Amino acid sequence: MKRITLILSIACTILTLMVPVSQGAEKQLVVQGSTTVLPIAQAAAEVFMQNDPQADISIRGGGSGNGVAALIDGTCDIADSSRPMKDKEILLCQGKGISPVPQIIAMDGIAVIVHSSNPIQGLTIEQIRDIYIGKITNWKELGGEDQKIVIVSRDTSSGTYEIFETIVLQGKKVSPDSLSQASNQVVATLISTTKGAIGYVGLGYISSTVKAIDVNEVTPSEETVANGTYPISRPLFMYTNGAPQGTAKDFIQFIWSPEGQKIVEEQGFVPLP
Amino acid sequence: MKSKQYLKEKIIKNVFFLSSLTSIFFLLGISFILFKEGLPLFREIDLKSFFWGKSWYPTYSPPEFGLLPLILGTLWVTLGALIIAVPLGVSAAIYISELATPKTKNYLKLIIEMLTGVPSVIYGFLGIVVLAPWLQNLLNLPIGLCALTASLLLALMAIPTIASLSEEALFSVSKEYKEASYALGATRWETIIKVTVPAAFSGISTAVLLGMGRVIGETMTVLMVAGGAAIIPHSFLQPVRTITATIALEMGETVVGSVHYYALFAIACVLFIISLALNLSADYFLYKFRRTSR
Repeated sequence: MKRITLILSIACTILTLMVPVSQGAEKQLVVQGSTTVLPIAQAAAEVFMQNDPQADISIRGGGSGNGVAALIDGTCDIADSSRPMKDKEILLCQGKGISPVPQIIAMDGIAVIVHSSNPIQGLTIEQIRDIYIGKITNWKELGGEDQKIVIVSRDTSSGTYEIFETIVLQGKKVSPDSLSQASNQVVATLISTTKGAIGYVGLGYISSTVKAIDVNEVTPSEETVANGTYPISRPLFMYTNGAPQGTAKDFIQFIWSPEGQKIVEEQGFVPLP
Repeated sequence: MKSKQYLKEKIIKNVFFLSSLTSIFFLLGISFILFKEGLPLFREIDLKSFFWGKSWYPTYSPPEFGLLPLILGTLWVTLGALIIAVPLGVSAAIYISELATPKTKNYLKLIIEMLTGVPSVIYGFLGIVVLAPWLQNLLNLPIGLCALTASLLLALMAIPTIASLSEEALFSVSKEYKEASYALGATRWETIIKVTVPAAFSGISTAVLLGMGRVIGETMTVLMVAGGAAIIPHSFLQPVRTITATIALEMGETVVGSVHYYALFAIACVLFIISLALNLSADYFLYKFRRTSR
């Protein structure tokens, strides 16, 4: 008798725990990854779903590494990434039989920003590097006011940081005094409220509350990133497992279309030439 | 005769039993995964450079995984929060338990409970937008995101926990103690300080330990306001980084299965062990408290 009651109880528990999983629309797409690419993906998805009511696209952030991990695990269809896949990630893909295929969907520039009251107009890459490694600590050393420099950075595994590290830091260690923040938006907010601060954000995050300075005498803008004269720029990727197919292919082709590239521009990024 | 009623009761009892087993299952599962993913770190680096390392440069080559700045950041922020929260919380508890009229008591308890209801991200948001700029101007700091800001907000989160548990502890001190004290000629103040509070000591310690446990595990607020600089703190006015903020900040973009990934799990293990130790000691004190009063 005891055994029967136990089996019945387990059955009850399992039944109560089983939640019916909704099947969803025919054209389901899960896009996950970089917070830099996120605004493009979201805006494009909205228009795409308006044009095609059967499509059901869900966009998530979480970071480039997170998106790639999801692609490897099979929990997303497209991985947004603001950096090319690392060797380690490619190895993991091979181990799981995934063949990642990148598509470049836009270009992005990384602007160096300071507080709007800062008189500095522009810096060279060497000067920015010296600030970030802690060699220059006061704005007066660069011809500015007597104000301690507050270095704002990103966490070292962010795609944005990686490009900054490759192009500006060139392998040197960032000063431990730098304040690591979680996203482009937080960096922009911090710079706008802190007089001595310097930071870097994607082009789309420049607003009237901060001042973007020239790097090597080139002003960051769509044109200078597109024609390659602005030194700190990078392509933005969408990775799929194998060549894109079905809804994923339609979505990426939409982003490549003139309408999609217009969305890219509206979000503050640089459309592909 | 085994009736249908008996069967029903047995089934319900077993369902509840299985539900309680699930909590044990999850706890064991969490500890297992934390250690499974954290221990592989020590294939790459030795224990000494992990625990005493002064730099956290996880993506540099060669990477450096020094726990010291992170754990000191956590400890400084926690200590700062407790320095503010314990006197305020215990004093509030003393007032509510011993000195307030029943009507005031109810209102105060209600308001303190409401403080617990505020989500931590709101504290973080208020910290960035209101508290940090205010401190920046007041103390002429280069930037208002520092250990002090984090401690202030964390204290706000710990006070309700400390106050309500201490109040419960003070309330359950037996009347005989207080009556004996008054009978010996002590004033109200002397009774409170020299008799009631010491008698409730184990209950108050439980409250403080649980408050500390809450503060140590706090992630969103410290991520937003503590500054994020992985340095060894020398003053409360410096930006610091805690273990929780590091995990939240870096987990999203780490390559799964890389050394960085293992390192993040390793520091999570450290946090887990500290948290577990705090909860176990709080439980021990609670056990002693339940035994000695009433």
